Amino acid sequence: MDRFLFLTLDGLSRGAVYAAFALALVLIWRAGRIVNFAQGAMAVAAAYVAYSVTAATGSYWLGFGAALLAGLLLGAVVDIAVMRLVDHRSPLNPVIVALGLVLLIQAVLGMVYGNEYLPAQTPFSRTALTVGGTAVLSPYDLFVFATVGVVGAALVWVFTRTAIGLRMRAAAFAPEVSRLLGVNVGGMLTLGWALASGVGALAAMLVIPTELGLHPHAMDLVFVSAFTAAVLGGLDSPPGAVVGGLGVGLLLSYVSGYAGGDLIPLAVLALLLTVLLLRPGGLFAPVTARRV
Amino acid sequence: MSATRAAAPQARHAAADSARPGRSLPTVVRHLAVAAGVALLVLLVSYQLDSFRNFQLATVAAYLCATAGLTVLTGLCGQLSLGHGALMATGAYTLALVQNAFAERGLTAGGWLIVSLVVAVLATVVVGAVVGVAAARLRGPYLAGLTLAVAVVVPALTVTFDGVFNGEQGLAVPVAPAPAGLGSYFPHERWQLWVAAAATLSCLVLLANLVRSRYGRAFRAVRDDEVAARLAGIHVARTQVVAFVVSAASAGLGGALLAVLAQSVSPGAFGLTLSLFLLMAVVIGGLGRLAGAAWGAVLLVALPDLTHSLTNLFTLSPAAAQRLEGNLPLAIFGATLIVVMIAAPGGVQGLLSRLTRALRARWPVGRS
Repeated sequence: MDRFLFLTLDGLSRGAVYAAFALALVLIWRAGRIVNFAQGAMAVAAAYVAYSVTAATGSYWLGFGAALLAGLLLGAVVDIAVMRLVDHRSPLNPVIVALGLVLLIQAVLGMVYGNEYLPAQTPFSRTALTVGGTAVLSPYDLFVFATVGVVGAALVWVFTRTAIGLRMRAAAFAPEVSRLLGVNVGGMLTLGWALASGVGALAAMLVIPTELGLHPHAMDLVFVSAFTAAVLGGLDSPPGAVVGGLGVGLLLSYVSGYAGGDLIPLAVLALLLTVLLLRPGGLFAPVTARRV
Repeated sequence: MSATRAAAPQARHAAADSARPGRSLPTVVRHLAVAAGVALLVLLVSYQLDSFRNFQLATVAAYLCATAGLTVLTGLCGQLSLGHGALMATGAYTLALVQNAFAERGLTAGGWLIVSLVVAVLATVVVGAVVGVAAARLRGPYLAGLTLAVAVVVPALTVTFDGVFNGEQGLAVPVAPAPAGLGSYFPHERWQLWVAAAATLSCLVLLANLVRSRYGRAFRAVRDDEVAARLAGIHVARTQVVAFVVSAASAGLGGALLAVLAQSVSPGAFGLTLSLFLLMAVVIGGLGRLAGAAWGAVLLVALPDLTHSLTNLFTLSPAAAQRLEGNLPLAIFGATLIVVMIAAPGGVQGLLSRLTRALRARWPVGRS
């Protein structure tokens, strides 16, 4: 029972990160109908910025801030310099371009930092606290929950309570009408990319220390897991992304705890396949009429 | 994409209208004649080139199987697959296991390689059918995500089941040397090129015929408009599964050939990067054209070689040179992919056919 409790809490902490990353995917999907396959590579790039800043200044928090800033900037740059120029009539094109970005970013990171695992710092200890003889959460897990919670709340606040959030939703919902009403649709899209990429960078900062360390490919499997989470919740639904992320985190934690960590990739693939075959729209999708 | 769409009706027209003057030869005969010509060319060239170039050409042939299969799937049927690296891994590992099983039983004659290649293709067909059945129900980003998961997960399985696949080290592939009848000084690389070219050419002839057949037309119809295709009596899901299986079989053959050439298989060679490379190759070559697949395959082999000679021009510290050598081709591939997708979605072959069309419009030669 203790083990079950530990795995559940560990899974929730892992799931919180997947939820944040899935949220980033959902943000861009809602804004521009693009699944950003370069999200993982972009987030890793931001994490490398944090590594450099931390190495230069010795402060984890300066590096953390730099990663978020780098994430925001990278998102905006990718939208303005690349995605805006792509012909969006065929849904294949943005996907292919995003994959080109993956190759490019990972290669540049490899050239600058080398293809070895670099150690990643944590601001808090990762040894679990014990409550009444049972190992529960570590201070780092609490930090993860708090950060993801704050970011999630901030996103909800921005999108539902501020004028800029309203403009972003309007630009995504009806671009032409919004343009007529004076909304800078392109700018809102860029802002959406920046926000999503910032959230992705945050997720990378949180997840990389719990895995093998910093590597150009560090987020490949995290991306696949987060994509699974986003699909599980429905690509259109931010609450779905959070629930999906927590669900995937729990599942992977149980799989690695009871069956072995080697099986995690297989479990992700099996889950994704099951969801796509049984409910391709996700758990929270309304039943849509077929488009003809 | 727009370029391929524009070209499709012409191609369909040409295929349907085989009675047109000058095209009276049946398609099969024409394709076989071209293949025979290419085979002769390869034979001649293989005596001119040194061993290393022969080996490189053989690698091009192996990649060409996979890129040709992918271009049929993505360019003609409109399904994106990021999982072809994993399908190549399936072919390569199957070949390695079968060859090892043969070697254990003392069946070391060269002819058994054909059996191994067939088994490798069959195994990939089975895997491709499983993925393809799922893929036929998915569209756009969902399909890309699923195949991406396949590409990331399958190489990891070799470590999960390291009892069979021997983990990161991979397996050795025992391959028979060139037949003794060719003389004792016959270079092994030339023999490898012959084997790879023979397999690839048969694969390409089959694909070229398929593209010009009823199935090829169904692929294009499904790509352009699924509802219209269904109204025309085409079973959309079945067509997509067929396209995926055909494409998987080609990728499996390509992977098996790579294993034969390298005489070993390891998961590192079949990671996500390989899948992205294949996609890049077909996009840069020109989606949906077999000639474009050939351009892409050449590029896959030539570009790392070029960057290698490029880095040798500068004096770098060994560590920096190593970093640059591994990553510079990837960076160039990625940047090229982005630029081609934005500036010339038809790829190299698209540019070439635009060029020849422009030239022909200016100086009409014989053909109308």
